Amino acid sequence: MTAAGRDIPMARRRSGRERLIGRGLTYLAAVLLALFILVPIYLIAVSAFTPRENAFDFPRSVIPTAVSTDTILFFLNASGVIDAFWRSVAVAIITLVLSLLIGAPAGYAVARYLFRGRGVYRLSVLATRAFPIVILAIPLAVTYRVWGIDDSIIGVALMHTALALPFTVLITSSVFISVPHELEEAAQTLGCNPLQAFLRVSLPLALPGLAAAAIFIWVLSWNDVFAAVILTLRNPTLPAKILTALTQSPIYYQFAAGFVMLVPSLVVIFFIRRYLLGLWGRVVK
Amino acid sequence: MTARLGWAPYALLLPSLLYLVLFFATPMVQAFALAFQGPDGSFSLVSIQRMVGDASFRNALLTTLVLVVLVIPIQFALAMSMALIINANLRGQGLWLYIYALPLGISELAAGIVWVSIFTQSGWLNSILMGIGIIDRPITWQSAETPWLLIGCVLIGEAWRATSIIMIVLVAGLQSIPREFLEAADVYGATTWQKVRRVILPMLRPSLQVALILRTILAFQVFATVIALAGTGLDVLAGEAQRWATDIDNDNVAAAYAGLILLLSLASAVLFLVLLPTREEHQA
Repeated sequence: MTAAGRDIPMARRRSGRERLIGRGLTYLAAVLLALFILVPIYLIAVSAFTPRENAFDFPRSVIPTAVSTDTILFFLNASGVIDAFWRSVAVAIITLVLSLLIGAPAGYAVARYLFRGRGVYRLSVLATRAFPIVILAIPLAVTYRVWGIDDSIIGVALMHTALALPFTVLITSSVFISVPHELEEAAQTLGCNPLQAFLRVSLPLALPGLAAAAIFIWVLSWNDVFAAVILTLRNPTLPAKILTALTQSPIYYQFAAGFVMLVPSLVVIFFIRRYLLGLWGRVVK
Repeated sequence: MTARLGWAPYALLLPSLLYLVLFFATPMVQAFALAFQGPDGSFSLVSIQRMVGDASFRNALLTTLVLVVLVIPIQFALAMSMALIINANLRGQGLWLYIYALPLGISELAAGIVWVSIFTQSGWLNSILMGIGIIDRPITWQSAETPWLLIGCVLIGEAWRATSIIMIVLVAGLQSIPREFLEAADVYGATTWQKVRRVILPMLRPSLQVALILRTILAFQVFATVIALAGTGLDVLAGEAQRWATDIDNDNVAAAYAGLILLLSLASAVLFLVLLPTREEHQA
C-alpha cells in the first residue's frame, strides 16, 4: 500500500484527502439533521414524564431529575379523554376495515391486470392523494346532518376512509406486485378456482404487506384532527378532544397529550419503513 | 388471463370508484354549491362577500401565503440535504432513512405540542439559552404582539414535521438516477456541488415537481400546528374555515374558505407544472 502510495500523483492524493473530509462533513450533516428530528421527541418525552408539580420549574434540566407517570395519568383521567381515546380507536378500526375491503381489491386489479383505463385510474388515485381535507369535511358535515350520522363515529370513519383509500390502493397494489402471480396460476392448474387460488396462495404471501397497509391507514385516521373537529361535537375523537381543550388546559396536560398522540406514529414508521418509498416516492411520468 | 377475465378488473375497481365518487367528487362539487348560496339556500354571492368582508380574512390569507412561501424553500433545502445524505451510502443507511422519516407519522397537532414544549415561556429553548448564558431572562416567543416570532415558531414546527414527505419523494428520485451518470461526472473531476447542479437537479425534476405540488397543497391546509403554537394569535385559512363551520355555524362561509383553499392549491399546482416542465412535456 505505502509503496503504491508513493507513485500516486499529488493531485490524486489531495483529492483522496478531500474525499475523506467530504465524507466526514456528510456524517456531520447527517448527525445534525438526525438531532433536529430526535431532540424534540426526546424533549416532549421528558416533559410528559415530569411530575405535575415540576411542570413550571425554570430553567429545566435536559436530563430528567424526577421521572413519573403522574402527568400522563392526569391526562388520561381528565374528563372525556378515555372516551375520546376509545372513539379514536373505533374510528381507526372501521376506517381500516372499510379501506382494505374497498381498496385492496382495486390494488389487486391494478397489480394483476392490464386493462383499458388502468392508467387513468392510477392517475386519479395519485391525484386524490393530496386532496384538501378541508374541502371534503365541510360539505360532508352538511350531508351527514341529512343522513343523520352527524357527530358519530361512523361519519368520521367514512370520511377517513375517503382519505385513506388512495393510499390503500397504492400500497396494496405494490404488495400484490411483489407476490408472483405464477404461484396463483399454478394453484389454478392444480384445481383451485381463481378465488381459492387467491385466498390460499396470494393472500398468505401478501399478509405482511397488507399489515403494513393497515398500520398506515390506522395512523392516517389516528392523526386526523381537522375532519374530526368539523364532523364531531359531543363525541370527539382524541385529537379533536385535545384541540378543543387546548385553550383551557394546563400546559402539562398538553405535554402528556402530545406524547400520547406521538408514540404510535414512531412505532408505525418502523413497521412500514420498507413501503415508504413506494408509497410517496412514485412519480407519474 | 386478461382475455378470460375481461370483466374482473372492473368489478374489483368498482367499489373504490363508487366510494370516491360519493365521498370525493360529490363533496367537492357540493362545497362550491354551498359557497355560492345564501343562508336560505338560494344562489347568492352573500357568503363570499361575508368571507371577504370578515375582519380576519385578510390576515388569514396573508399569513397562509407567507407560511407557504417561507416554509417550502426551507423544507426543500432540508429534504434535499437528507436525501443526498441517504444517497451517499453512509453506514447504517436504513437507520438514517428511518430517523428522517419519523415525523411522517406524527400528526400536525402532536407536532405543534412538541414545539410548544420548546417555545413556551418556561420551556426548553429558554432553559437551554439561560443554561449557556446567552439570556438572563426568559424570552416570550409565543405572543400575539410579535406575530413574526409566532410565524417563526410555526415555520420551525412545520419544517420539523413535514419535511420527511419531500425527503421520501426525493430519495426515490435519486435512486432512479443511473449510477453511470454520476460516475461519468467523477471521471471528469466534477466536485460534489457541480454534480448536484449539473446532474442530480436536472434529473430530479419530475420528483421535485411532484414533491412541490404535494407539499404546497398540504401547506395551504396548515391548521393544528398553528392552533397549538399560536392559539388565536395567528389566523390561517383552514382555521377560519373551521371557525365558521363549528363556532359560528355558517357552513356557507366555511365552504367559501374551503373553495378558496382548493383554488389556491390548484393554482399552485398549475404554476409548478408550467414553471418546472419535465422533459416529456417539453417534447409534447
